[in-house]
Amino acid sequence: MLNFFLLILIYSGIYALMAMGQNIITGYGGMLSLTQAGFFAIGSYVTAILTTQAGWSFWATLPVAFLVSALFGLLIGLPTLRLKGDYLAIATLGFGEIVRNVLNNWDSLTNGPMGIQRIPMPVILGFTINPYKKYAFLVMVIVFVIIAYILFQRLARSRMGRALAAVREDEIAAQSMGINITKYKVYAFILGASVAGIAGSLQATFTLSVTPGTYTFMVSVMVLCMVVLGGMGNFKASILGAFIIQFISYFPQLTGLSSVIPPQFKQILFGLILVVMMIWRPQGILGREATRYRKRAVTPTGGEQ
Amino acid sequence: MILLETEALTRAYGGVVAVNKVDFEVESGLITGLIGPNGAGKTTLFNTMTGLDTPSSGKVWFNNKEITGYPAHKICRMGIARTFQNIRLFKELTVVENVMIGRHFKTGKSETKGRFLNAVKSYVKLKEEEEEIYEKALDWLDFFDMEASKNELAKNLPYGKQRELEIARALATDPKLLFLDEPAAGMNPQETDHLMATIRKIRDLGVTVVLIEHDMKLVMNICDTITVLNYGQKLAQGTPHEIKKNPSVIEAYLGKDEA
Ligand SMILES: Nc1ncnc2c1ncn2[C@@H]1O[C@H](COP(=O)(O)OP(=O)(O)O)[C@@H](O)[C@H]1O
Ligand SMILES: [Mg+2]
Repeated sequence: MLNFFLLILIYSGIYALMAMGQNIITGYGGMLSLTQAGFFAIGSYVTAILTTQAGWSFWATLPVAFLVSALFGLLIGLPTLRLKGDYLAIATLGFGEIVRNVLNNWDSLTNGPMGIQRIPMPVILGFTINPYKKYAFLVMVIVFVIIAYILFQRLARSRMGRALAAVREDEIAAQSMGINITKYKVYAFILGASVAGIAGSLQATFTLSVTPGTYTFMVSVMVLCMVVLGGMGNFKASILGAFIIQFISYFPQLTGLSSVIPPQFKQILFGLILVVMMIWRPQGILGREATRYRKRAVTPTGGEQ
Repeated sequence: MILLETEALTRAYGGVVAVNKVDFEVESGLITGLIGPNGAGKTTLFNTMTGLDTPSSGKVWFNNKEITGYPAHKICRMGIARTFQNIRLFKELTVVENVMIGRHFKTGKSETKGRFLNAVKSYVKLKEEEEEIYEKALDWLDFFDMEASKNELAKNLPYGKQRELEIARALATDPKLLFLDEPAAGMNPQETDHLMATIRKIRDLGVTVVLIEHDMKLVMNICDTITVLNYGQKLAQGTPHEIKKNPSVIEAYLGKDEA
């Protein structure tokens, strides 16, 4: 039971990384993108392939996972820039599916639907972080989450955060204020992608095997759910959202009711959460991050009505 | 000295020629009025000069440099700022944040030098940069007597204040040239009087002002020179006095009001 609890915490941390990436794209940049599953998969496979086939250590694969997902972030960011709202969501949704199809069919590299097994455990200073003894792994994940949180938080509180806010609020006005809106949108995509790539690396070295089936569209939806539930434009909220959604999705197993509650319950629940939040608390549980220039008291509650 | 000049600038939307071979000139240091009936092409002329719209043909020069077809953010960085006929504030951001965004490209090194790496910049440096942006923004709010509302959301300001905030935000980019699209629209007479004084103050700061306006009292009072557009074409250009007496202007535009 404790072990299971730790497992949920580890997944919460891994997803919190992805959720923070989604938050910079959607919460700050205002772009509805559904790509996190794709970058998650890319990071996982970079680590899986380089460790098993080239004998690299987990740590050496991290910067590669980061860069490769960042590159794909750029590649997906550029062509989809002109799209907004639903159109952007649909275009980016396709990306994740393409990645999964490639992983399924590029047998020589990815071993197709069978996936890649026997991924080595990460070793740090001679100490093996054994995923089966979850404590050490949890500590490692938490360190990653904290580092990502600090970096994102600083980015958000700088000119970049404000530039993204301007792009989200009014692209035409933002341009007329000297902001290169294309550049900032692409930055947001690159940042969101690269942190998801890192999350993917962690996932690979946690489960010690990867299969394309893990990286479905549902992953992207879950991550979006986390951001919306916690509160857009707030990195703490993204982390909180990741925890809540992970706990909810393991609820049947956690309570020993998995034989009673069908597995589809997750999908229904996520949909329900999104709808309920949109109606009753569109700003999410925590709401947008209150900056020094924005006292929480004057933060409005979303709708005009 | 001519600060900005267009040559046969044209913008056609399908069959509608919104701006038709317009030669427009802005003299440095003056307040230039741009008037004409609704649909005359005034806003479109602004848009094609500020990079928000691409001219179908013709040229734009600013400071003796051709800027035709430049993207909006580049034109802003060269020193042209503007406001919008339908206010375009960052509504969900606070008053001071709106102005701070105007300072966006003013701090730090050149934009090309990896601003992206802000996150790994030293904490102290980042703080200093923020402080500098914030102080400058407050200075501009002070100029408009709006410091007290600095933490309010832009959308919660009264209409007249929103128009002023938009001007403050534009001025925060340190422009040489400021385009105002109907700045007095929706203002009451007192607010309009106050605006006139403000525009003069802006001119006295050394900023060249071009304004589109329907309020004839304002236009005739503060403009040094006026250009009249009608059906996308330049109808006349001259001092307020000359424009008032110009028969074709009276017929096209003023006539309706004076009747
Ligand atoms: N994006 C557009 N597409 C089509 N027609 C437009 C567009 N923008 C402006 N127009 C047309 O161009 C003409 C000039 O409009 P505008 O520049 O807004 O006039 P003004 O600002 O002088 O009132 C009008 O006939 C208007 O309908
Ligand atoms: Mg207009």
